[in-house]
Amino acid sequence: MAEPRTAAFVRHDQLPPSPPPAAETGVIKWLRENLFSSVLNSVLTLAALYCIYALLSGFLPWFFNGVWDAESVRDCNEQMGENRGGCFAAIEATWRQMVFGIYPNDIYWRPVTAFVLLWVAFAPVLFQAVPRKLLYFTLLYPFLAYWLVWGGTVLIPVLALLGLVVGYVVYSRLVDQSFAMGFLGGVLAAAIFWWLSGFITSNAGDVLALREVATRNIGGFMLNMILGVVCVSLSLPLGIVLALGRQSSMPIIKWICVIFIEFVRGVPLITLLFVANVVLAYFLPPGTNFDLILRVIIMITMFAGAYIAEVIRGGLAALPRGQYEAADSLGLDYAQSMRLIILPQALKISIPGIVNVAVGLFKDTTLVSVISMFDLVGIIRGPILASTEWNGVYWEVFGFAACLFFIICYGISQYSQWLERQLATDRR
Amino acid sequence: MAMTENAPETPADMKVSDEVAIEIQGMNKWYGAFHVLRDIDLTVYRGERIVICGPSGSGKSTLIRCINALEEHQKGSINVDGTVLSSDIKNIDRVRSEVGMVFQHFNLFPHLTILENCTLAPIWVRKTPKREAEETAMHFLEKVKIPEQADKYPGQLSGGQQQRVAIARSLCMKPRIMLFDEPTSALDPEMISEVLDTMIELAEEGMTMLCVTHEMGFARKVANRVIFMDAGQIVEQNEPEEFFNNPQSDRTKLFLSQILGH
Repeated sequence: MAEPRTAAFVRHDQLPPSPPPAAETGVIKWLRENLFSSVLNSVLTLAALYCIYALLSGFLPWFFNGVWDAESVRDCNEQMGENRGGCFAAIEATWRQMVFGIYPNDIYWRPVTAFVLLWVAFAPVLFQAVPRKLLYFTLLYPFLAYWLVWGGTVLIPVLALLGLVVGYVVYSRLVDQSFAMGFLGGVLAAAIFWWLSGFITSNAGDVLALREVATRNIGGFMLNMILGVVCVSLSLPLGIVLALGRQSSMPIIKWICVIFIEFVRGVPLITLLFVANVVLAYFLPPGTNFDLILRVIIMITMFAGAYIAEVIRGGLAALPRGQYEAADSLGLDYAQSMRLIILPQALKISIPGIVNVAVGLFKDTTLVSVISMFDLVGIIRGPILASTEWNGVYWEVFGFAACLFFIICYGISQYSQWLERQLATDRR
Repeated sequence: MAMTENAPETPADMKVSDEVAIEIQGMNKWYGAFHVLRDIDLTVYRGERIVICGPSGSGKSTLIRCINALEEHQKGSINVDGTVLSSDIKNIDRVRSEVGMVFQHFNLFPHLTILENCTLAPIWVRKTPKREAEETAMHFLEKVKIPEQADKYPGQLSGGQQQRVAIARSLCMKPRIMLFDEPTSALDPEMISEVLDTMIELAEEGMTMLCVTHEMGFARKVANRVIFMDAGQIVEQNEPEEFFNNPQSDRTKLFLSQILGH
């Protein structure tokens, strides 16, 4: 107590910010810190190095001793002699089948054009910087792609598109009176238009006709791409509608959505595909030719839509209630507050989950090989491996298939990470 | 409502008209079986600045949230600016676009810039052309003294700045009534005054305001009526001077001694 102390302290000058101490750098230090920081870590490092060595010592000779030019497996083995190597000639000989299925050789340009245009159509959806006008092309693209891949008269996609336009016009005329009236009127108008246009296509069906390609000839990776792109594009809006419906305060809408989601999620995709293949035919009027690809698309879309709905529901639940209240308090109606405030944020939160479903869905399209469609896996397991020339070249052709899927899936994943960084406005 | 007639007594000689802005009669609300608001009768005149205080759980936030139908009342009537609040969605949207609300946690839209936060409702609800909405927004951002932040995102601003943006966002709808739900409770102490200054400025311009707040300095300075609520009821209401210096009910005395004790 007696000790006099100087408790008061006043700082008059502020310390200038200084750079952090220069880190000791160098390879040795990095190695020691990251690979050999303890006995256990050193052992693990050595074990990992051995594993990498073992893998490469197996793979590299197999790869470099591979034969790229041969007539058949037997030819491959003769050329290799003592050395063990891959028979990559199989890929060389069959890649067209793997990519295009049994699509006629001379018109490969059509799916290739459709594939190139796919990126043009995707560009404005994926990247904000692309001119918005291009979105009109995106709207046209599905009809153009259908015409290119399936061929036939241009009237079918044109009339299909016109039907949508007619439906939309009727909808926008009636929607001022009530949404239900506009919606029903639009659907009815489109249906009548399509029914009438059925007569046109069956009577004057040769306008600007491309050679028709039957659905059973569409296969290979092209089929996986078609199913993947169409189903992802359709299941996202379906998932959004289901997720919002599940949150609805109207009990009937809510229960329809809940039952749909729970039922579809509780059934294996394979089962749905068998239903698409076999059972659905019983429910349709006899004589209707309901394309198998269309049936499969409907089933996969329902399946993925249910999963995406649950992912988006998670995003909706993660939003603070205050966001709903702020939107309400400004006088925004339900549609506006969902579109402008709630969904942009909920979807942003849901991106990793949605991409997860999309990648899974894209790979699941190979399941159609089970209902004897010749997608990439189907065509490898069927015609290619069963052929006398290439019987037994599993590694090479399945490796090729894996590469194709990996490129697309890795691309999707990289895009989604880029998108998340672009949209990260709240944690900057 | 005799006290509103005695306008000269109120601070800073701010005028209050005889025109009724909000009329609440016999309003009751339940959460399940819990009776949150009991027989609320309240008339608010245009230009009045009312501070509502009371212990937590007394229903004061619920009361002002009923005024713009964020909460539904089950009995009695609420008439806001001539529109009776019922379950009719069109009525509710009309009332909401005329009544601005500022929240405790700001509730700015984190995915939109400050300017977009302010122009969103005018553009979509009022159908104001974008250019005009942006001019209005900049006008109000200048008024709350942060025009330079217009292109930033809410996450980049301090709490006090965010709350001022929230006030500007409400003002952009040109509301006739403003509701404040504990606007300074979530702020760091050094940021409270900048928000209160903005609110005082607003009061001086004659805005009808209902503020749920514990800022008694603010109440003394701008309110012309203080309402004390407890257990879902209005226990006491008076002019600020009388309310603070001469509280009538025991419950009010206890509350005041607790918050003004230190």
